[in-house]
Amino acid sequence: MAADYAALKAGGFMRQKQKDMFSMRLRVVGGTVTVQQLKAIAEAAEKFGHNYVHLTSRQGVEIPFIRLEEIDEVKDFLAASGVQPGVCGPRVRTVTACQGGRCCPSGCIDALEIAEELDRRYFGRQLPHKFKFGVTGCQNNCLKAEENDLGVKGGMVIDWNLEDCIFCGVCEKACRRGAITIADGEIRVAPDQCNHCGRCVTACPTGAWKGSEGFLVSFGGTFGNDIQKGREILPVIRDRETLLRVADAAIDYFADNAQPGERFAKTLERLGWESFTEKVLNAYNS
Amino acid sequence: MAEFRITDTVDITDVVCPVTFVKAKVALEELEEGDILSIHMNDGEPVQNVPRSIKEEGHRVLKLIHNEDGTYDLIVQKTEA
Repeated sequence: MAADYAALKAGGFMRQKQKDMFSMRLRVVGGTVTVQQLKAIAEAAEKFGHNYVHLTSRQGVEIPFIRLEEIDEVKDFLAASGVQPGVCGPRVRTVTACQGGRCCPSGCIDALEIAEELDRRYFGRQLPHKFKFGVTGCQNNCLKAEENDLGVKGGMVIDWNLEDCIFCGVCEKACRRGAITIADGEIRVAPDQCNHCGRCVTACPTGAWKGSEGFLVSFGGTFGNDIQKGREILPVIRDRETLLRVADAAIDYFADNAQPGERFAKTLERLGWESFTEKVLNAYNS
Repeated sequence: MAEFRITDTVDITDVVCPVTFVKAKVALEELEEGDILSIHMNDGEPVQNVPRSIKEEGHRVLKLIHNEDGTYDLIVQKTEA
């Protein structure tokens, strides 16, 4: 019986050059793997593979050299420790994320929590072509949000209180965008210059600057054969419900309008950005 | 600067990041709780980052004085964590 390579690929088994050998992709969210999972993965690589794993460019883990006849066995073995296979082909891929505000002093959002939510909602969804999500915690952009079909970048929506301010002048210099000016006993922010980095909040010695979580979303990024930087076309998003509404609108637009084998950037280029912008703006405002 | 009783001063204009912060931190370690240190620093990276690092160490930032010559004086009160 001939192997169904398409079905194997959809289930995370990539055919190798070597006959009847597969590299098994695992389901990883935001580059986070528990110790129990790591132990099971190590054991599986020892038992079924060639005693090593490959860490992919998008925070995934693959076990190369799995034999065709042992595929079901290795799946069962890993499932017992909560390790699931990943996906390949035309569907929603591994959702990547930095550590974000959970550990990083610069993080404005809990990037991992957002990645887990996106993974629960979309992972493996069948689409005209691959679709990648990436979540980065702040403007430092360690996770490179704009490389993704849909990138989420954490930011802060800032607010200043006169009562707590000692007018020390630190925020004016901490802002890299020159958005803050101190004059006549008042602090002014130029809204079009603020990029929501939150540096004023983290630098303020008295807590006069407060920040609440915000999301900057980019669309249509791709860094393979063709390279396009994802574009930010919406104002900062202030809550998770809106973020998910916008993500729903974007992925539905891709599902409805892309031709088979066409990346999101190409669809947007072919159809123009206007109708898409209108659709996500509706989702943003509703 | 008359509004603050400066206990000591440190010049970090002769070093670059991350030694800027290290030098300021060492100067603070030699002071007593409540003492006030004036840190002389350059414009650019030092003035963008040193105040935040000082805050993260738990000290009280009181004022950032612009000397109008490409340097700043950051006035910090030593606070034990």
